[in-house]
Parts: sequence; structure tokens; C-alpha cells
Amino acid sequence: MNGLAFVLRRTLLTIPVLWVMSIIVFLIIRLVPGDPVRTMLGFRATAANVAEVRRQLHLDEPLLQQYLDWAGGLLHGDLGQDLVSKAPLAELLAQRLPVTFELTGLAMLLAIAVGVPLGVRAATGGRWVKRLTSGFVVAGISIPDFWLGIMLVLVFAGTLTLLPPSGYVPFGDDPMQNLSYMVLPVLTLATAEAAYILRTTRSAMESVLQRPFVTFLRAKGISRRRITYGHALKNSAPTIVTVIGIQIGVLLGGAVIVETLFALPGVGRLIVTAVNQRNYPTVQAGVLAIAATFIIVSLITDLFIGWLDPRISDGASR
Amino acid sequence: MTASLALDGLSVGFPTGALGDPRIVSAVDGVSFTVASGEIFGLVGESGCGKSTLANAIMGLLPTSTIITGSARVHDAEVIGLSDAALRQMRGNTAAMVFQDASTSLDPTWPVGDQIAETIRAHQSVTRSEAKEKALALMTEVGLTDPSERYGDAPHRLSGGMRQRIVIAAALANNPKLLIADEPTTALDVTLQAQILQLIDRLRVAHNTAVLLITHDLGVIAQVCDRVGVMYAGQLVEVAPVAELFANPRHPYTRALLAARPGAQSGAERLAVIPGQVPDLSEEIAGCRFASRCPRRIDACAVTPARVSLGDSEVACWNLPTGGTE
Repeated sequence: MNGLAFVLRRTLLTIPVLWVMSIIVFLIIRLVPGDPVRTMLGFRATAANVAEVRRQLHLDEPLLQQYLDWAGGLLHGDLGQDLVSKAPLAELLAQRLPVTFELTGLAMLLAIAVGVPLGVRAATGGRWVKRLTSGFVVAGISIPDFWLGIMLVLVFAGTLTLLPPSGYVPFGDDPMQNLSYMVLPVLTLATAEAAYILRTTRSAMESVLQRPFVTFLRAKGISRRRITYGHALKNSAPTIVTVIGIQIGVLLGGAVIVETLFALPGVGRLIVTAVNQRNYPTVQAGVLAIAATFIIVSLITDLFIGWLDPRISDGASR
Repeated sequence: MTASLALDGLSVGFPTGALGDPRIVSAVDGVSFTVASGEIFGLVGESGCGKSTLANAIMGLLPTSTIITGSARVHDAEVIGLSDAALRQMRGNTAAMVFQDASTSLDPTWPVGDQIAETIRAHQSVTRSEAKEKALALMTEVGLTDPSERYGDAPHRLSGGMRQRIVIAAALANNPKLLIADEPTTALDVTLQAQILQLIDRLRVAHNTAVLLITHDLGVIAQVCDRVGVMYAGQLVEVAPVAELFANPRHPYTRALLAARPGAQSGAERLAVIPGQVPDLSEEIAGCRFASRCPRRIDACAVTPARVSLGDSEVACWNLPTGGTE
């Protein structure tokens, strides 16, 4: 009843957000100072060349017409063509997105698996647990991922030669090979993430454990373990899940750097290459794919939070 | 009658103060009284007089740094100095406690029925469905209509009065010998207050539970209690049957407290107040703590007064007034 209304309302809300996002992605490319075609072709291009390319890309049409054509194509799954390879962008993204999803997905799972249990221990444990976890948080958040990535390559691929320094094999071809290529990029991306999640979990747990209902639970003779995991963690979960949802966006951004560093053929590297080639339909499609992914992740996050805390799906104040 | 709760010289101190100047806030000082099974004992006093601290000390809910001396026996078993495991066994089982604000006493993310069932399963070896059945029966007993409908509701869907009924049901789930109710009606409006007090009274009779009812509301005391203890600044100054306390208050503080009730003096335009302030409990105070504000102070008050029996009352005062209220 109430829950279904919440799911419907929140899901429908995604549609205008996606629409506004498509306008922003469309305009950003076109509002960049300078003529994209001239930038693309270089200063030696003739006026005829420029006019020809402009016509090819439909840049000579009114802005609204351009948007309607592009958005109409999107609705049919047609994202346009790559300027260099002439490949359909939908196909290109279908190859590249799984790599990015695998990288960010594994990094997030690792970060959650490390950050949440350590955060709980940091909130409930003794002095030494608190000190060690604080140290990890400071280090994890301070170390830049490009530096960490290089150091990991130096140690694990260079000195120890345990893992390949860069490259990629599709999971379908050889799962073990695929995972061995993923270890270092995932570690690079997950370290700061684990630190953020640890810190969020710790502070959420600390504030929940001071709430009066915890005293009542103790007065009822409920065990400490059950209070921590059954009640305090459940009450902290909406905060933690919210942060995880936002951090998935940060990870998708971080993937651009990590994919370039480790030569992973994901969307991040596709965008970087396309930017260097002034291949703007590809940039546009890549950014669109990442942004849409983030919007859908936010939707899932919000639905999950509504399920965790009935007050939210009821629209009551917390 | 066996005593369900027997306190003997219970004192609670909180370490405080800066490094190099450690102090101890003496929140409860040598409190002794007993509550018989099936009796409602009211503990009254102003905010900060130590009544809640006393309750939390009995339940073992104070921080581990707290210094607790003296004895508290629940159903003839000492509860001061128990291990964590033994405390967990005792809480919610032989002694239970309900708190002031039911809306914050319940886990907002758990269905209310499960919060009762959880308490049952913490102390009895019953299956999930048996616990649920018992919880439903308890919900009926505390006067919730449609318990099976309400069972799965989150706390925010219930009214304040219904939430307090759930809290009481969870506290009484294992038939405790002692129920400590710390300001159970303060957060509720007056009509609900009366209903909840009647409920506690009814359950006490049905289960022969001793109730320690903590309140600052003399009206609540008058309504349901058998006997009353009056606390001031951590000390118990007077214990008396309810009728006796209201008709014939002995201790100067009790008299001042009763005189400060609205409507105590007919025709007076302003409420009577007790001159002076509650002493700073982090300072060492010799003797009677009310002495600095007491109109009947004498030299002997520098020594802690012994409790003397006067009729049905017990009073701790060296210079008891005779005759009517001053």
C-alpha cells in the first residue's frame, strides 16, 4: 500500500531527472568555447572541410532540432557513431561498460566488506581498535589513487611479479586471468572507498548507540552482540547506504583514472581517448552512460533505504 | 511478604573534574528502603535529585566508571557488582524497567511486536512462533485493540499512548518480580497518563509485581502508590505511606515540597518556593544536604541524620517539627 506508492513515486521521479541530465550532457559539449569542428579538424582545415564535417554531424541545424534528433535516437537505442572508427556507439558502450561495471562493482564490494565490519568494531571496540582504524581512515582518504596505483604496480607487478601490471582479458574468456588483471585496479579504487565507508559506519553507529532505545534494549536483557548487529547496524544502515550510493558516483569518476593507469578497456578510458581525439559523439555517449548509471544507482539506493527504514517510505519525519 | 527490592545504604558516585583535581559527584547517598512484592512504591523528588540514577544503578545501566557502594537486592539476589552476563540474565527477566519517552524507547526500524517477542526469546527458550503468540497475548493484555494488525507496524505508526503500552508489554514479557517505571507518564497528556497508570496498577495486581514508580509529580504518587520515598540531593529524607505523607509530612523538605504545589495555599497569588539552591554535589557535603535551605537548621545537622520512625513514617531529620504544616 504505502510502500508501493513510495516505489512508484520514487521511480517516476527518475524520468525527469534522466531527461534534464540528457539536456545537460547535450549542452555541455556544445557550450564549450570555440567551434568543436574547428577544434576537431585543426587549424589547417579549409572552410569547405569545416562546412562538410559540420553538415555530416548535423551541427548546422538549429540547437533544438539537433537535440530532438539525438534524444529521438536515444529512445530507440541509437547513440550515434564514433567519429574515428565509425562503429555504432551503442555497440562500443556494450563492450566497454561491463569492464567499468566490473571494476567499480568489485571495488565497492571490497570496500563494503572491509569498511562496514571495521566501522562497527571501531564504534564498539576498545582503544586499540579505535586507534588502528583511525589510522587507516586518515591514510586511506589522504593517499591519491593514481599514486597508490603506481605503488601497487611497483610492488606487486614490479618487485614481486605476482600480478600483471596492466591489461585485460574478458571474464567470459578466462575468469581467473580476468580476476588477476582486476586485483590491482580494484585495490587502487577500493582503498579510499573502504576508508570512507569505515568512517561513515563508525560515526553512524556511535550516534545510534547513544539513542535511548539502546538503553531500553539493554534494560530488556538483550545481548550486546544483538544490540550491535540487530539494532544499531540496522538503524545506521540508511546513512551507510546513502553514502555508498553517492560514492558509487565517485568510483565511476575514479574509474577514468584507474582504467587509464592500468590500460583497462572501460568507458573511462574510452572517454579519455575520445576527449584527446575531439571525438565528441563518443564523449557525449560515454558521459551519458556514466550519468545514467549513477541515476539508476541512486534510485536503487533510495528504494533500499525506504525498505530499511519504514519511516522514509511512509513519508514520516525521522 | 518477601521484599522484591531491598536497598541498603546504596550510594552512587560519578568520577568527574579535571586531571589533577578529580572529584566525585555523589548522586545517590546511602539510600535504604524496601519494596514488597505487589506493592507500588513511589520515589519522588525534583529533577537531578538522583532518583533516575538510583534506578539505573539497580539495573546495572550506569557506565563502568561509576562508583557504586552498598547493596541492592532484587528478589533476594544481590545485583550490585554482577558480571555483564549475570546482569543480562537479570534485566528484563527478574527486574524490568520502562523509561519516560516511549517514542524513543523503541527501535524505529523494528516492528513493535517483534520488539516484545525479542525480549521473550532473550530469556525463554521458545520458538519464534511461540514468542510471537506470547507477544500477541501481551499486546492484548496491555489493552491494544487488534494486536495481530498492530504486530507488524513500525513504532511511528502508533500513537504515544499505544507506544507506551508496547514498552510496558515488552518490559513485563517475562513476568519480572520488579518493574521500575522511570517517569512513565511524563511525556503523555493527562488523560493518557491516567490510563497508563491504571494499566500499570492492573498489571501489578495481576502478576504480583513490585513497582518502583519514579516521578516528580505528586499527583501521580497520590493516585496509585502505596508508600512514598522523598529524595533530596541524593538522600532519602522521608519514607511514608501515601496518605500519611500528604496528611502529615514530617521532614522540612517534604513540607516545603507539598507547600510548593499549585493550589496548596488557597488565595495565594504566587507559588510558594523553597529559598536557596540545591547544593553542588561535586563538593563534599557533611551531614544533611537540605540543611543550607532548611528553616529548622540546628548545629546537629552537620552530621548525617539517622532515620527515625514516627508512626508509619520514617524520617531523617534531627529537628523534626511537631504539629501541623508550617
